[in-house]
Amino acid sequence: MNDMIIPDLVERELKVVGTRPLRPDGMDKVTGRAKFGADMHVPNMLIGRVLRSPHAHARIKSIDASKARALKGVKAVITADALCDLPSEFVPAGEMMVNFRDITRNVMARDKALYEGHAVAAVAATSDAVAAQALSLIEVDYEVLPHVIDVEKAMQPDAPLLHDDMYTIGADPKPEKPSNIAKRVEFGFGDLDAGFAKADVVVEREFTTKPVHQGYIEPHACLASVSEDGQAELWCTTQGQFIVRAFCAKLLGMEVSQLRVTASEIGGGFGGKTVVYLEPLALALSREACQPVKMVMSRTEVFQASGPTSGAKLWIKVGATKDGTVTAADALLKYQAGAFQGSPVQPGAMCAFAPYELENVRVIGFDVVVNRPKVAAYRAPGGPIAEFAVESVMDEVALKINMDPVDFRLKNAAKEGTRAPYGPKLGPIGLVQTLQAARAHEHYAAPLKANQGRGVASGFWFNIGGETCASLNVGEDGSVAMVVGTPDIGGSRASLSMMAAEELGIPLEHVHPIIGDTSSLGFNFLTGGSRVTFSSGMAIVQAAREVIEILRDRAAKLWEVPMEEVEWVDGHARFTGSGEAKSLSLVELAKTAGKTGGPIIGNAAINATGAGPSLATHLVDVEVDPETGAVKILRYTAIQDAGKAVHPSYVEGQMQGGAVQGIGWALNEEYIYDDKGRLENPGFLDYRIPVCSDVPMIDTVIVEVPNPNHPYGVRGVGETPIVPPMGAIANAVSHATGVRFTDLPMSPPRVLDAIDSNQAT
Amino acid sequence: MLAGKPECIATQYTSSNTHREGKTLEMDYQTPTSAEDAAGLLSKDGAHVLAGGTDLLVKLRAGMVAPKLVVDLKDVPRLRGIENDSQGWRVGAATPCAEIGEHAAFAAAWPGVVESLELIGSTQIQGRATLGGNLCNASPAADTVPALIAAGAVCEVVGVKGQREVPVEQIVTAPGQNSLARGEFVLGFRLPNPPARAGDAYLRFIPRTEMDIAVVGAGVALALDAKGVCTHARVGLGAVAPTPLLVGDGAKALIGTKVDGGALKALAAAASAACNPIDDKRGTVAYRIKVAGVLARRAAGIAYERATSRK
Amino acid sequence: MTKHHVETTVNGNEVEFLCATEQTLLDVLRDELYLTGSKEGCSSGDCGACSVMLDGRLVCACLVLGVEAQGRKVETIEGMASGDTLHPLQQTFLEHAALQCGICTPGILVAAKALLERNADPSETEVRFWLAGNLCRCTGYDKIVRAVLDTAAQMRGATSKSGKAAKKAVTEGA
Ligand code: FES
Ligand code: FES
Repeated sequence: MNDMIIPDLVERELKVVGTRPLRPDGMDKVTGRAKFGADMHVPNMLIGRVLRSPHAHARIKSIDASKARALKGVKAVITADALCDLPSEFVPAGEMMVNFRDITRNVMARDKALYEGHAVAAVAATSDAVAAQALSLIEVDYEVLPHVIDVEKAMQPDAPLLHDDMYTIGADPKPEKPSNIAKRVEFGFGDLDAGFAKADVVVEREFTTKPVHQGYIEPHACLASVSEDGQAELWCTTQGQFIVRAFCAKLLGMEVSQLRVTASEIGGGFGGKTVVYLEPLALALSREACQPVKMVMSRTEVFQASGPTSGAKLWIKVGATKDGTVTAADALLKYQAGAFQGSPVQPGAMCAFAPYELENVRVIGFDVVVNRPKVAAYRAPGGPIAEFAVESVMDEVALKINMDPVDFRLKNAAKEGTRAPYGPKLGPIGLVQTLQAARAHEHYAAPLKANQGRGVASGFWFNIGGETCASLNVGEDGSVAMVVGTPDIGGSRASLSMMAAEELGIPLEHVHPIIGDTSSLGFNFLTGGSRVTFSSGMAIVQAAREVIEILRDRAAKLWEVPMEEVEWVDGHARFTGSGEAKSLSLVELAKTAGKTGGPIIGNAAINATGAGPSLATHLVDVEVDPETGAVKILRYTAIQDAGKAVHPSYVEGQMQGGAVQGIGWALNEEYIYDDKGRLENPGFLDYRIPVCSDVPMIDTVIVEVPNPNHPYGVRGVGETPIVPPMGAIANAVSHATGVRFTDLPMSPPRVLDAIDSNQAT
Repeated sequence: MLAGKPECIATQYTSSNTHREGKTLEMDYQTPTSAEDAAGLLSKDGAHVLAGGTDLLVKLRAGMVAPKLVVDLKDVPRLRGIENDSQGWRVGAATPCAEIGEHAAFAAAWPGVVESLELIGSTQIQGRATLGGNLCNASPAADTVPALIAAGAVCEVVGVKGQREVPVEQIVTAPGQNSLARGEFVLGFRLPNPPARAGDAYLRFIPRTEMDIAVVGAGVALALDAKGVCTHARVGLGAVAPTPLLVGDGAKALIGTKVDGGALKALAAAASAACNPIDDKRGTVAYRIKVAGVLARRAAGIAYERATSRK
Repeated sequence: MTKHHVETTVNGNEVEFLCATEQTLLDVLRDELYLTGSKEGCSSGDCGACSVMLDGRLVCACLVLGVEAQGRKVETIEGMASGDTLHPLQQTFLEHAALQCGICTPGILVAAKALLERNADPSETEVRFWLAGNLCRCTGYDKIVRAVLDTAAQMRGATSKSGKAAKKAVTEGA
């Protein structure tokens, strides 16, 4: 562990990295052959279903499942006591920390149901219809309790309490009474009062954002099979099979190695598939029935019971001098966590002002529980919410001092050596380059018509590394089987095999990647934090270099020369000593492996560190219909530092996909609740993610400022693209209408109302 | 009820559980081959019409309906197809919307009606959804209904007792409810041959560009005399009241005018005044009232353009 | 409850299955015929992941009853390639990186094929509106739309080229 790849930024000619080959898993995905979570069938399989709370907050007085158990075809019925109750313990999941006591309560309510859709029981039966009928026979006696949905109301002293043992962490002094405020965080340095005193202009505003769902098209699905002796297999759609194994083993009281988890193809995750929902239930049902159990969420269940990201209330204050220097920046962030603590307020607070070099800065954040589904990670968790508000205020400050918003950002941009608001000094980052590219872009100078407006915003995201294993197995014909432990959501099998081919000097077609199950590799942290191309890439490079060492050694043996006189060039061992030139290809060496020392494999088990933040600047033009409030996205340009784009098409794809998710967040997506705390729009009809005709082409500019900690300079790119859009669009709509928009989503009724009230005043 | 687009009026997701809330269904399925048989089957307790299925299947899956019998009408003669003669147009009530949209002569005669059915759901939904379903599902927000009302369409309603003719605006009586008796269904729609210098148009407002339920819908059909004076007008509105509306004052605002700025302003005011909407997840009362006027005005402008360009 | 016995044609093959009234065509394809290429994203007609052709018309398989398939022709993603030759749309989607996770891809390919059969030269706007019922959460649609437009151009080129090539062969033969 902790082996690190020596940075290798020596200019070298790259043959594979940076090109755009076809992805290795592509054929299965365009022919319908690829198997996703719900696509698995096995003999003797039962169908599992979940009974969910109709109430936002209720005490569960009793559950009577006797009629359901008696129904013909029902093979198992479980409630919370089929899972272990666990003490409070924090473990990482994605970029967030989770608590096992909370996980077990979130997958199946104990004592209290804390949101509409909270699981209270589950059944497994011989058919879907029987399972459905069984659910309707389970009698749950609820005592309905007052609920709270709004974050600020939940913070009031007289608010309905979700957990009567929750005392705010990080509050000084330690509170005497429990509350819904789980945690208080604070970052910053400098002297705010002095900073604001120096300012010529101060802008101070409040913002709100609504919870939005990751909106992956594939619902959660799994298939569990537990045998009579307790050995278990689980097939599921997840961003991390090892995290699923860890969570399920804990919840079911198993040893991790008893449970083999295979990640199916995954139909989108964006952070939402970093936790468990159905998986422990399917295992518990299968354990009771001694038959395989398949479970698939309906779209309604996905919206009601899997994690959206937080909605929030935000307050931002920024001061600047007339020449465009920010003198002080202050923020207060209140994030909804859903029913259990763990909103992404901490990363939100850390990156709120991270694109800027500041002398006086403070960010305070609160993590608040409410009667909504527990939030899960969503692409740069916490960042988009905070940076939407900050980028809106930055735009307004620039406007007030009459400075171009790109120039204003350039003047204050964070760069290598800048002290980040959360403490450490930043390494090389590419914000300045993205801003320069924005200013130079033809888009930035294109003319606008009436009712149109242009917005710009920047965004920051940390990216992570983490525990990673990979192996390369050289076959006897010289082809290479590559095993990684991080599910491929958006083309990582392509980028990872490209790095393997580059290192080994062999054609890409000879590298065959698979995603290994939990028994085929050591522990891997999940696909999240934009870490896969970075971390699994590092592991692959290390494994490839190990293979090369072995290959050189084998050639040296065959030639009876010292290994130091054998180098590896272009897929060949070459003799560098004096005498006749000798060369052996990887294929030739592989063929004789049995005689020269046995199978050739390279393994890497690392804890990848040194992930580099990726920064972006987005430009957007909108047109607002002043009579209906409809906002049309006319043009969009996303500019981002990728460090090194291994497969540029998939880097562009991340930028485009993130931008369009941001368009949805900005304009139409929101959770709508009725007065009983029930979700009114748990479907794609009224939870309105962008459709194809809503958006224009998304132009991209990839900037490459290499990350010195990665052999190819790679930075994660998957999360940053969702950070700037909301600020950029809000700024554009504000410029098109002359009204400052501070509440998301900017849906037509809200926009029209704002335009009309502005005209009335 | 015939099936229409996926709709959630009168339906709110069942509170008690997931949308696949389960009751075991002892559900039969029949495909009658005559209108009489169909009417007979539909008179049975727990019978439910299946035409396009785009509404029924959503409701089935959500546990909002649990029919004992599904009566698939697609083999009933004259339920499908488009005909035209000197009397006018006849569109079978179960003709898929995509098929109607592809009928060039019908699209030339009633472009506003075609606009409205091409706004229903997606391409996929239009491959199945039908005019009969869109109407009988009785959503206040059904896209084709205001356009059909503006066009002066009349329904052929068939039941065990025979056939009757009912103007489209008299079918929907409340959200999710219609005036058909048990056993009755809509066999077809009759629309006149539009006179010279006539035009119609339909506009709706939705938050996205596609795939949403109308927040407001407005259909206008009008005819002009040789001098360009409006001699006939009908205005239909959707999603702004418990039922789709025929706005008489809207027609009055146009008739006798040259559909100029003043008339359009009066039309907008009449349309807004006719609204009796609700606040819901799709829009507010104030928003619907204002946008109803805007859309009626814009639709009339398009209908007028069409009328003047049609000799 | 007795099930319905249904005979139908799927991707040119005659198949039969038993299904209950409430089972959708999508349920039948996936759970009875094991054709899991058609995906279920919503079961309410809102995502298009289940897009199939029914008697030559693009529909959501989740909005069709299994029994309705009786005597009709169903085409799914599994029937799109012929032998080991991909349909040009499939090939171009790979070349353009027009998929990330790939869950929307089967539905989008089926829908795009239906478009190109109807309209050999669609505009960007026509492509976008035709595909509005096919949600993709990963790509932002950019590369999908480009791939469809590019395929249309290739197929138009191929038609005129193969026409020319055929003519040329004839003249040479003579
Ligand atoms: S599953 Fe059929 S449209 Fe979504
Ligand atoms: S590629 Fe993932 S939903 Fe389209």
